[in-house]
Amino acid sequence: MGTEVIIIDYGRGNVASVAQAFERVGARASLASTPDKVMTADFLVLPGVGAFADGMAALKERGLDEALKEYSLTGRPFLGICLGMQVLFDKSEEFGNTPGLGLLPGRVAAIPREGEGRTRKVPHIGWSGINPADRRDWAGTILDGIVPGESVYFVHSYMALPDIDSCRVAESDYEGCLVTAAIQEGALAGCQFHPEKSGQTGLKIIQNFLGM
Amino acid sequence: MPTVRIIARLDIKGPRVVKGIRFEGLRVVGDPNELAMNYYGQGADEIICIDTVASLYGRNSLKEIVGRAVREVFIPITVGGGIRSVDDARELLRIGADKIAVNTAAVNRPELITELAMAFGSQCVVVSIQAKRRSHGWEAYTDYGREHTGLDALEWAKRAEELGAGEILLSSVDMDGTGQGYDIELTRSVAEKAGIPVIASGGMGTPRHCLEAIRSKADAVAVASSIHHGKNGVNDIRAFLMNAGVSVRQWGQRSLS
Repeated sequence: MGTEVIIIDYGRGNVASVAQAFERVGARASLASTPDKVMTADFLVLPGVGAFADGMAALKERGLDEALKEYSLTGRPFLGICLGMQVLFDKSEEFGNTPGLGLLPGRVAAIPREGEGRTRKVPHIGWSGINPADRRDWAGTILDGIVPGESVYFVHSYMALPDIDSCRVAESDYEGCLVTAAIQEGALAGCQFHPEKSGQTGLKIIQNFLGM
Repeated sequence: MPTVRIIARLDIKGPRVVKGIRFEGLRVVGDPNELAMNYYGQGADEIICIDTVASLYGRNSLKEIVGRAVREVFIPITVGGGIRSVDDARELLRIGADKIAVNTAAVNRPELITELAMAFGSQCVVVSIQAKRRSHGWEAYTDYGREHTGLDALEWAKRAEELGAGEILLSSVDMDGTGQGYDIELTRSVAEKAGIPVIASGGMGTPRHCLEAIRSKADAVAVASSIHHGKNGVNDIRAFLMNAGVSVRQWGQRSLS
């Protein structure tokens, strides 16, 4: 027993916490920082903390950008967390324009500090409830069994703006700004929040990913 | 109103959690990992570990504590005390800390805040301010409330934000451990002007004190003595705040650990 999960270690993620969360739900987690190991994965996780451009540069330096694109074509499960979800998109507006992996159409932009008549603190740090985007049914997604409104832990200053609504699984209302909280297109999934830091709710989401 | 966080604060000395009054007369409270597990099970939203004597003793026990905690506690962990460089921070993040709190080293060399923010992102950088009242306003202290800096706490908070801090851990030295309530005026003065989250710390004795801090614009409340001594459970604080109409974390019917 014990599904094997490969967690990408490119020096930009909280790999220890992510690995522990996967082990807690019964998986065997190992770290990989080379392209050849990526292709051997049955389940792949791309964590990430920090700046978009810096994260993409770190992936490229190790040749991981091309490997991740190739892996995604296999149709095997792939989960991006936080910055790891953001880099799945075409580009980010963080410090000018930086191209991402382009696995999903869309861009990443700053959370507006003002809007909808309110002032927001940025970064958005804390627990926020997630709700189905466009009344999307969560059955069969990584959010299967999560109750709309359940809180998960966010830490971010930027947010993904997908071009296609169909990949948006969940959103979260941060002071009137609807943040894309989770995405999924087939076996490619992503969370803006940190499931590994979201208590039992987060562990359930991780378990769902392993069931894909 | 965004969700307010209830944060369990563990002040660490060597292998133990300690707690004093106004940062003095530290007494042993218990084992850090047992307490972290306990508060996680009670529904704490986050854990903050502050090494009280990091500049005086070795740091190995702090690393061990963090390394063990990340195997058992699936909520964010902030670690502070004695972090002087990007390399110090990287090591703790590598072990599993989510955020780094700096005080003394940032006062001595404010560029450290920017260096940490550039290396790990602002969201990772908590500037810890230990504020003590003086005739006008508050002065920031370092070395666990022992050393003067001459810095005005409000100005220092503003400066820290400009330098790239993602959060302010605002401790009142005067109220710490007293159970008499947070320094509301201090909390309001800093939180109202801050564009980043502010954690009120020091003085919580009853859940009502948390509500007062939140009404004074705190984004999060840190609790220590009160939960260490079993006066309040994290769950009691949450229930009280919910009843008062404060937005707190929701977990549906899910068990907590």
